[in-house]
Amino acid sequence: MTRFLPALLAATMLGGLSAAAQDLSFSASEPLQMPKDTYFGEAAGVATNSKGDIFLFQRSGQPTVSLGGSRAFAHTGAQMLKFNSSGKYTGEIGKNLYGFLVPQSVRIDAKDNIWAVDNYSGMLMEFDPTGSKILMTMGRKPESIDIPEGPARAPRGGALPGAGAQQDLFDSAADVAWDAQGNIFVADGVGNSARVAKFTPDGVFVKSFGSKGADNDKFAGPSSVQVDASGNVYVADPGNHRIQVLDNNLNYKSSITGVGDPSALCISPGAHQYLYTSDSNPVDNLDKGGTIYKLELSGSVAGKFGHAGKKPGEFGTVNEIDCRNPNTLYVGEIGNYRVQKITLRSAPPA
Amino acid sequence: MKKYLTSALAAGLVLCAPAARSQQAATAEATAPNLNYQAVPNFFKSPPGDYMGETQGVATNSKGDIFIFFRGEHSRLWEFDPSGNFIREIGKNFYGFLFAHSVRVDVHDNIWAVDEGANLVTEFSPDGSKILMVLGHRPKVTDGAVATPRGPNPPDANYTFCRPTDVGWDQQGNIFVADGYCNNRVVKYSPDGRFLAKVGGNLPGKGNEEFSLPHAVQVDRQGNVYVADRGNNRYQVFDNNLKFKASYTNVGTAWTDCISTDGDHQYLFVSNSNPNDNPPGSWAKTGQIYKMELDGTVLGKFGHAGKLAPGFQVVHMMDCRNPNTLFPGEIESWRVQKFVLGK
Repeated sequence: MTRFLPALLAATMLGGLSAAAQDLSFSASEPLQMPKDTYFGEAAGVATNSKGDIFLFQRSGQPTVSLGGSRAFAHTGAQMLKFNSSGKYTGEIGKNLYGFLVPQSVRIDAKDNIWAVDNYSGMLMEFDPTGSKILMTMGRKPESIDIPEGPARAPRGGALPGAGAQQDLFDSAADVAWDAQGNIFVADGVGNSARVAKFTPDGVFVKSFGSKGADNDKFAGPSSVQVDASGNVYVADPGNHRIQVLDNNLNYKSSITGVGDPSALCISPGAHQYLYTSDSNPVDNLDKGGTIYKLELSGSVAGKFGHAGKKPGEFGTVNEIDCRNPNTLYVGEIGNYRVQKITLRSAPPA
Repeated sequence: MKKYLTSALAAGLVLCAPAARSQQAATAEATAPNLNYQAVPNFFKSPPGDYMGETQGVATNSKGDIFIFFRGEHSRLWEFDPSGNFIREIGKNFYGFLFAHSVRVDVHDNIWAVDEGANLVTEFSPDGSKILMVLGHRPKVTDGAVATPRGPNPPDANYTFCRPTDVGWDQQGNIFVADGYCNNRVVKYSPDGRFLAKVGGNLPGKGNEEFSLPHAVQVDRQGNVYVADRGNNRYQVFDNNLKFKASYTNVGTAWTDCISTDGDHQYLFVSNSNPNDNPPGSWAKTGQIYKMELDGTVLGKFGHAGKLAPGFQVVHMMDCRNPNTLFPGEIESWRVQKFVLGK
């Protein structure tokens, strides 16, 4: 296993200087126009495709438990909405879908396929670019739920340290990313499981990395994952206040710290890639964090902007960032029920 | 058959809530003059084939439209025109609508809904089409169905609620949230939703600046805050920084209050609501609504308990924008009535 200790030290040192990092000048707007009788919920996921369409995967409606003969069944509570590049609503995807319960993330792959990550069903659902067909599913929604659930909930899968017997299942899937070859990386997640899993482009399990803990091969709860053009894997671990950088085979390389509690990651495409990370405030505290950092892939801070709050240009528990255009971010907020479009000004403030 | 367990659990909580059972003698009852009033029968026309459930909140805007927040399949918010004709439903399928408790309209005609199931206070635009702000956070459902909590309430947090009950504003737009059934406090926020101050805490109490189920909150033009302290059968009055000023204890149970805003002179209306379970004899000494000066002087009373209109079956919230036109909403009769005073 190769480790890059100097890089780690450098990253840590630079991270330590982040308080003095450059404040980026930016403007904020709320471009998404909801259709009649539709409301923003917790904007857990937001992503754009290559045409500039915007996808919102939100916690909405009523998560519902239906009582059956001997078991209880959970369903509904999620909504995937599509907007064009000017924010006009163009349709709903996956209405009342079996695996739509508690949205956590939506990401668009290189072929414009739409991937929905659902936290409660523990599923990834890949749609074709139009959203009319499901191409692949990963994980499996538990058939039923126990009421009341015991103190030690039976793991839905993947909860065993590292690669376990149930490696195809997720406990509380949080995010998905791909490398240039189409291999799939899943952050799993924000429940009992604490790992990142790698799958082939066909969805065959390859390897899993991590278990619950604070050491470098452990996670408190990986909430977001991104992959750079070289295939390195970046995993947000807010509970341990760091981003773990892994190689393509999920070997530990380095840690990025000093940027708060990294909760949502986004790596921009193009020749010079940037890593955006949100120090999202907890839902019960608006007086802490909220800043979004712009990093070099090395972990050095290129700039930062924003803080927690409810006003335009402030952030309430950011859950996902889209950065297809590195100077035009779409930011989904759980605390404020909105998606903000953030335009970063290229020239730094005087 | 499909049941909604989350709603069922929330309903269970209500039944276990510390209801204001101990009937304190309504000392103003004997002395307060009876106000002339006229009930307008069957004022609100529901859409055909649809029904209201427990009518928790009622509020009017500056145009005279009336908003009713009630418990149906989930929380539902209906808007009626000044003649009682149905205009629209607001908040269909909204994530913050689970178990209705109160609706109030601010000076900008924005509509604020307080939902004690979702633990959320939501500000809608005047036409109800957009969400302008949310306060609080709907509890995560990712842990699945959870057992009803027992024992002391967990510590209160600045930005989350535990079954909040009501919302009010001062002239500067600061926001006051009554919170609630499991917390026992009133919280003040800036117009931007930032925490400023609180009175009370997670645990109930009987002293001044303590509550046992703060159930409604209103703010007068001077910025004083009037809290219905339901479990203690009193209204507590605070200054704008939530320091104790006075306590009104002579108007029976303390379910809800309303301060009129039409005209220069503001009145305080309070309801001696009959208890949920109507124990024998309770109807004889509860049900009336009192009209008061802000300083606590009782001006008069009207109305009585009863299942059939124009009786009251547990008044939960009321609108009194115009002090001569009251819209009390009754939790147990699933209706809102219109009353014209002075006739």
